[in-house]
Amino acid sequence: MAPVVGQAVPRVDGPAKASGSARYVDDLTRPGMLFGATLRSPVPRGRLLGVDRDPSFDWSGVTVVTAADVPVNVVATIERDQPVLAAGEVRHVAEPIALVACEDRLRLERALAHLTPRIEPLPAVLTIGEALEARTAIHGADNVMKRYAITKGRGRDGLTGCEVVVTGRYETGAQEHVYIEPQGMLAWWEGDDAHVVGSLQCPYYVQKGIKTVFGLADDGVDVTQATTGGGFGGKEEYPTVVALHALLLARKSGRPVKLVYGRKEDVEATTKRHPSVVEITTGCDRDGTFRAFAARVVFDGGAYVTLTPVVLSRGALHATGPYRWDDVSVEALAVATNTPPNGAFRGFGAPQTQWAVERHVDRIARTLDLDPLDLRLRNLLRSGDTTATGQLLAESVGAQRCADEATWASGYRNRRGAGPVVAGRTARGVGVACFWHGAGFTGSGERYLKGRVAVDLLPGGQARIRTASTDIGQGTETVFRQIAADALGVPMASVDFAIPSTRVVPDSGPTVASRTVMVVGSIVEAAARELAERVGREAERSGSTRAEAHERLAGTPALATCEKQYEPPPGLAWDDATYTGDAYPVFGWGCDVAEVEVDLDTFETKVTGFWTAVDVGRAIHPVLCAGQVEGGTLQAIGWALTEKLVTRGGKVLNPRMTDYIVPTSLDAPPFTTLLVEEPYSRGPGGGAKGVGELPMDGGAPAIAAAVEHATSLVLDRLPLLPEDLFEASGAARSGGGPA
Amino acid sequence: MGSDKGDDDRLDGREGVSRRGFLGSVVPAAVGVAVAAEAEGAPKAVPAEPVAKAGEPLKATLRVNGRVHHVLVEPRATLLSVLREELGLTGTKPGCERGECGACTVLIDGVPRYSCLTLALEASGKEVTTVEGLMNGEELGPTQRAFAEEDAFQCGYCTPGQVMAAEGLLRANPSPALDEIRLGMSGNLCRCGAYAHVFNAVAKAAELRKGR
Repeated sequence: MAPVVGQAVPRVDGPAKASGSARYVDDLTRPGMLFGATLRSPVPRGRLLGVDRDPSFDWSGVTVVTAADVPVNVVATIERDQPVLAAGEVRHVAEPIALVACEDRLRLERALAHLTPRIEPLPAVLTIGEALEARTAIHGADNVMKRYAITKGRGRDGLTGCEVVVTGRYETGAQEHVYIEPQGMLAWWEGDDAHVVGSLQCPYYVQKGIKTVFGLADDGVDVTQATTGGGFGGKEEYPTVVALHALLLARKSGRPVKLVYGRKEDVEATTKRHPSVVEITTGCDRDGTFRAFAARVVFDGGAYVTLTPVVLSRGALHATGPYRWDDVSVEALAVATNTPPNGAFRGFGAPQTQWAVERHVDRIARTLDLDPLDLRLRNLLRSGDTTATGQLLAESVGAQRCADEATWASGYRNRRGAGPVVAGRTARGVGVACFWHGAGFTGSGERYLKGRVAVDLLPGGQARIRTASTDIGQGTETVFRQIAADALGVPMASVDFAIPSTRVVPDSGPTVASRTVMVVGSIVEAAARELAERVGREAERSGSTRAEAHERLAGTPALATCEKQYEPPPGLAWDDATYTGDAYPVFGWGCDVAEVEVDLDTFETKVTGFWTAVDVGRAIHPVLCAGQVEGGTLQAIGWALTEKLVTRGGKVLNPRMTDYIVPTSLDAPPFTTLLVEEPYSRGPGGGAKGVGELPMDGGAPAIAAAVEHATSLVLDRLPLLPEDLFEASGAARSGGGPA
Repeated sequence: MGSDKGDDDRLDGREGVSRRGFLGSVVPAAVGVAVAAEAEGAPKAVPAEPVAKAGEPLKATLRVNGRVHHVLVEPRATLLSVLREELGLTGTKPGCERGECGACTVLIDGVPRYSCLTLALEASGKEVTTVEGLMNGEELGPTQRAFAEEDAFQCGYCTPGQVMAAEGLLRANPSPALDEIRLGMSGNLCRCGAYAHVFNAVAKAAELRKGR
């Protein structure tokens, strides 16, 4: 059997998606189904005194749910601070206060319009700056949700005596996921059993949330993933809220309820990428050798804790960039504000801190009058180096190779050396960024998680993978089949992928953290290998063919299934108390080169070329892998150049795709994507590492560097809108000069 | 989706009259262009006076994928909602309901239109084609096949709209150059960022449609 790993086989979901027959949640109905909608807070903070129903409205056939109807009013994530429905107070605009459901969508809108929350507004905290000032305390006395400190060597003291000390401050704004399919769930009850089908990444997160609120056991809850129209982290934690709301309406009405968000509602109410402020001071030698790194990282967590501590942790762990430093001090904190909770978004904190460190490395290069690439190459991490947490990088360190390949393919040195190309009223420039991304959960995460996968032998030479790792567009269903087919020694067409439903699939852990292929894929591989061995032993024992042995095992329930749990690599050690040790099993590495053209009259920036080299260990499916890299990079380009969430008084002013601008087909540059393979000894398929988030890290700083090359304008705050360039150019002309 | 409470562009108390027809055309990239294109010599889709009471259904004859459907629709009903909820053609996707994303693109008389910005009554008597209508029986039609073979999607939610935009583009221009493809597809957002694959798919579809 020729191996399929490494081959660009056709995606298994192609025909269903191209024909329009793939069923997303809003395509599903159940008999007697009602439509649901959510009443939300119009203010960022206030005392919730009640919800008034207009007595002149005909409420017959309308179900209304408030906090009083919620058995245990907690959305279970890390902390228990977020209510399912606001009770007593509201803490952000668009916070859910009440729910309505009825048969007709138009009547539903009218019912919602006749429901009014009575709120006494309170002073709100809306920015990182206001939160740190803590004149109004909304979380403890200081508004700080979470704090981490990472120290290596002498920490901040390492700056003392350095030949060149450079300081900078870097900021990023919120980013909206804009999955094209909005959030949605269909829920119903069968007796005391809760059922939901919907758009989600993590079936067992939703299950946990439901168990907590309704006091149910595992087998009293069935969560099933519908075909999901994009997630990017936006459907990691938030779908639990939607599922709970739909179930509450279904319970009170006694009918199935479908709750699907409108676009405006989705943008106003759901999570965003955490806004950030990062201050960095570094010390280095005059020749550019890095010595000491000190940073203060502040993330805006929003109104509730949700996943913020984990996002902040990843941000802190990537703050040094992929570079060697003798001494490191990272102080990271997340603050509470009266804005919707910020949450998971591809990259999970790392894009913010790597924006900062990459801009800072360019600042050092400017200070030393060194080429930014030379400065990076001098300091990039290599095998045998240690990271800020003291992790020894023993294998699969492709940082240098990525930098070589991306800069060679793009002709970076020639383009950079030739200076910006000014033609008429446009200027072209190139910029480079290097980045890394830890694959899998941070620290002891995978050890606690104990991800599980089952593979079954079925009659007719078939096999089936059962996993809670969902396909949300990345191609999991295809790639897992490839891995299992090779391990079992059967054709890919013989391997099925069970619909992720908590009654059918074991808990593989969430579909996040670039862990699906590397971590869960390795469990799929181990389970399939064990089954292949069983088949081989049975064939040998009985003197029959493998096909006959397969059939015999498939007919023996005790032998047909292999369920495996993740075994963390031996020797990995992590100390949560000191934040030292092996932060991740392994890292992905990358280098981006961007070429931009800036219109010198309008200050619009267009990306005219993009070269990216990423070390993925081993590409199981080169086309899907490159697709992840290009898709992630395009989201980074949007974050860099157009995606600005504008708020006033805590309310989003541009909650639509006409004014929150994501890249169109005209904005997508020609990509040159180079897959570098430095295999990871524990990765499946011959060494695969995580890839989903890695491409989010490098795009923005590479573009800012290219804009700087083209225009000499230095911008340290994302996004780089035309008005920002215009303002910076004014400052430069008036002699203020860029910092 | 019935939950955009307090939308600023809702016409309170004037159900049955809509401005949506103005913006219904899938003109790439710039809404301003769409408005201009529609304003000149466009069919007068918006009646000056309400023709029906709010909520009162009217008869409409929809020709969808070659089949005639006689339906009762409220004047406010969009073509998108009637296709999905009355006719069960759920391949056409809602993504924004304001003509921003293109997931709901269908062909009306062979021209790509956003069905969320088209009233069902406007489409009455015209030939509507949805993604389901491109199938050759159980087989994918050439444009669909090209999308599947070129991996021109990830999550797939925007794909029916992309396929219909491509179909409309190729009907108008059977051999588009890359720049024409990029422009022709720019009214359809793909957040997964599969655009390069979409361009390849459209080029391949052009070949498949010529029977090559």
